Amino acid sequence: MLSRIAESLFWIGRYLERAEDTTRIVEVHLQLLLDDPTVDQDDAAVNLLEVMGVPVGESADTNEVLRALCYDPASPSSVAAALGGAREAARRARETVSIEMWEAINTTWNSVKAGRLQRMRPASAFRLVRERCAVISGTADQTMSHDDGWLFLTLGRSIERIDMTARLISTAHLISGTQATWSNVLRGCGAHHAFVRTYGGVTTDTDAAEFLLLDRLFPRSVVHNLRAAQAALVELDQKARRAGSDEAQRLLGTARAALEYRDPGMLLDDLPHRMTDLQRICNHVSEAITERYFSGATAATWSGGN
Amino acid sequence: MSLLFRDYAGTPKAFDEVVGAEGVRVAYGSVLRQLAKLDSEEVRARAEYLKSTYLDQGVTFDIGGEERPFPLDIVPRVLLADEWAEVEAGVAQRVRALEAFLSDVYGEGRAFRDRVIPRRVVVTSPHYHRVVAGIQMPNRVRCHVAGIDLIRDEVGRFRVLEDNVRVPSGVSYVMTNRRAMFSALPEVTNRHRIRPVEGYPLHLLAALRAAAPSGVADPTVVVLTPGVYNSAYFEHALLARMMGVELVEGRDLVCHNGRVSVRTTQGLRPVHVIYRRVDDEFLDPAQFRSDSMLGCAGLITAARAGNVTIANAVGNGVADDKLVYTYIPDLIRYYLAEEPKLASVDTWRLEDDEHREEVLDRLDELVLKPVDGSGGKGIVIGPRANAKQLDALRARIQKDPRGWIAQPVVQLSTVPTMIEGKMAPRHVDLRPFAVNSGDDVYVLPGGLTRVALPEGELIVNSSQGGGSKDTWVLAPDGVRGKRRRRRPREALAGVPQVDLGEERVQQQAQQQQQTRVGGSPC
Repeated sequence: MLSRIAESLFWIGRYLERAEDTTRIVEVHLQLLLDDPTVDQDDAAVNLLEVMGVPVGESADTNEVLRALCYDPASPSSVAAALGGAREAARRARETVSIEMWEAINTTWNSVKAGRLQRMRPASAFRLVRERCAVISGTADQTMSHDDGWLFLTLGRSIERIDMTARLISTAHLISGTQATWSNVLRGCGAHHAFVRTYGGVTTDTDAAEFLLLDRLFPRSVVHNLRAAQAALVELDQKARRAGSDEAQRLLGTARAALEYRDPGMLLDDLPHRMTDLQRICNHVSEAITERYFSGATAATWSGGN
Repeated sequence: MSLLFRDYAGTPKAFDEVVGAEGVRVAYGSVLRQLAKLDSEEVRARAEYLKSTYLDQGVTFDIGGEERPFPLDIVPRVLLADEWAEVEAGVAQRVRALEAFLSDVYGEGRAFRDRVIPRRVVVTSPHYHRVVAGIQMPNRVRCHVAGIDLIRDEVGRFRVLEDNVRVPSGVSYVMTNRRAMFSALPEVTNRHRIRPVEGYPLHLLAALRAAAPSGVADPTVVVLTPGVYNSAYFEHALLARMMGVELVEGRDLVCHNGRVSVRTTQGLRPVHVIYRRVDDEFLDPAQFRSDSMLGCAGLITAARAGNVTIANAVGNGVADDKLVYTYIPDLIRYYLAEEPKLASVDTWRLEDDEHREEVLDRLDELVLKPVDGSGGKGIVIGPRANAKQLDALRARIQKDPRGWIAQPVVQLSTVPTMIEGKMAPRHVDLRPFAVNSGDDVYVLPGGLTRVALPEGELIVNSSQGGGSKDTWVLAPDGVRGKRRRRRPREALAGVPQVDLGEERVQQQAQQQQQTRVGGSPC
């Protein structure tokens, strides 16, 4: 498949996941503020924006969080910008994505562009975004061939999900240390129900962290997505004989081993720092994939004739 | 007649395709009857639906970087089978003549020798490209796709307004318009036998494959687009998708050793046929504009080496030139030994001293067109221009008489169009699309009808605020009768259902409740 199209699909996957996960992170943030009256709202907002990579001045408040992370298409970390990015990427790969998927993305973007999110209560807006993302990825799964293009889409989604889950865990950790934190994080990942069914009602922080980081079967856990990304890369690279020759696979494998084979008793140690590392690894993986598969798309420029 | 059409009358000067002196014309009788069964509000609601469905699907074109939905009107334009037969034959004839002319121009030049058209006229055309002279096309086809713009004059006769054999666009809207109309007005569409337009991409793909370099059994075809900022990007993507081929940009291509490849995630893959939607000047920076970012250096060399086919051929613009247009009836007689089946519009050649003098005297009653313009750019309609504009025009003509032609103001025919919820006459043209596979010329039944939406406007191009109409070519037995009822077929068993045993459980659960009410000892 064309390098340029592969890159577009990879980014559709990333942007859609980013839109969804950003709403989850903001929702957890708002919920934490409600649950824990001791938290300083402005500090929490500054922390969140920093983790999400938004440049912040001295102070920020909840309105600023909603603007920078949800509504403002000019803010690169916002949900609106992510949906716009997904739509632009899909437009560039329009003959490759299925018609139904294109329409799902396009109608979503049209309503966001028209300011629909601002007009709703935040909770409804978040649910709308999540539902639209589910519709789009479900449509993609059911209407696209599961060929290389689909693999790039999956790859983008998995990597973004690792990155964003890591951020979610960091923010929750920074804001508050109460017991409610982990159950909010679990709720934010849509994992609370699955968690309770797996571990039962009486749980510890370690159980929750274990579930989000290490559960093999839950599709939003970090390890699950590291595996999924790796599997997609293996599928794309059928011809490779020597294991570990692909930079992206090597990085993902190392990260997964570091998580999986860590002493179970030390799971919570130094967690925020390790989550930052995980984000850094996601960036490196993305670069390695670009280098290997997409850089063919950089044009040779003609400089003769003048 | 429906309320919507009750007050409708055409415009006095133009030919109205729906209402004539004797009332509603045959072609539209049944359409209006079916529309009348819907109440006016309903028709307006359907028109709204057309608008929203195009936004959702992203059926748009770009003006100055802004995407807009392409306006589609609710009233179709209808052509009867015999009207269409005339158009079809005329368009095919014209394409054959243009093909012969182009291979002559870039080949031996018989027509110059035989004084049918002066060589000067051709080589001074801004779209004449000497660099492609002598390039042989594998199956002798240069106009793989042609769009011939037709209008109907004051008496309803079809005339050719201009030829487009460079990169004619608009065919995607023919297909999307039909789909949208089928879903917006099923009651009307299903009572007519309308000749289908869905087959276009297959005809195009067949023609492109037939044009592959010799010796390539299974050619790779790509569509080359200038990118998402091009006004017709939607069309490029649609055609690529429907033909099942890659949509590439210039930066995806690479030329090496006279061959063309495309960059993929698995390395370079060869390309044999490029259906390009990039203009000649931007196609190959090594030959044309060296600052072009849209093409790929080396394409012309690869085409000359016979390793890749560029469709439509480079240099076709000479046949679009509006001064060459005035010679086409002669060229048809010369190459095909046939009389032209479609009339042209009377045209003054401004290079000719007598013609020019006459035109300069009558500037305020004529239409002046630049010879190399497309999309309605640069056209001056005399009766609409003020003295200052006319003076400027006069100066430009005197400076560059080769650059202009003059035509009388032709009142394009009108068709009722929904404007702010009411029916009003608006001027239309018709662009039928022809695909030449080398063996025969396929003319897509219908083509794109463009509507000038402002009242009295005669320029229909979408870049000038034009809309479109779905164009129906009716089959000879155009109107469907009532369907005879078929005998019911034996039905298969219904869909399987799961048996959860619920009924018995429910009964017992209810019994248990009753015993409780009765005050059981437990």
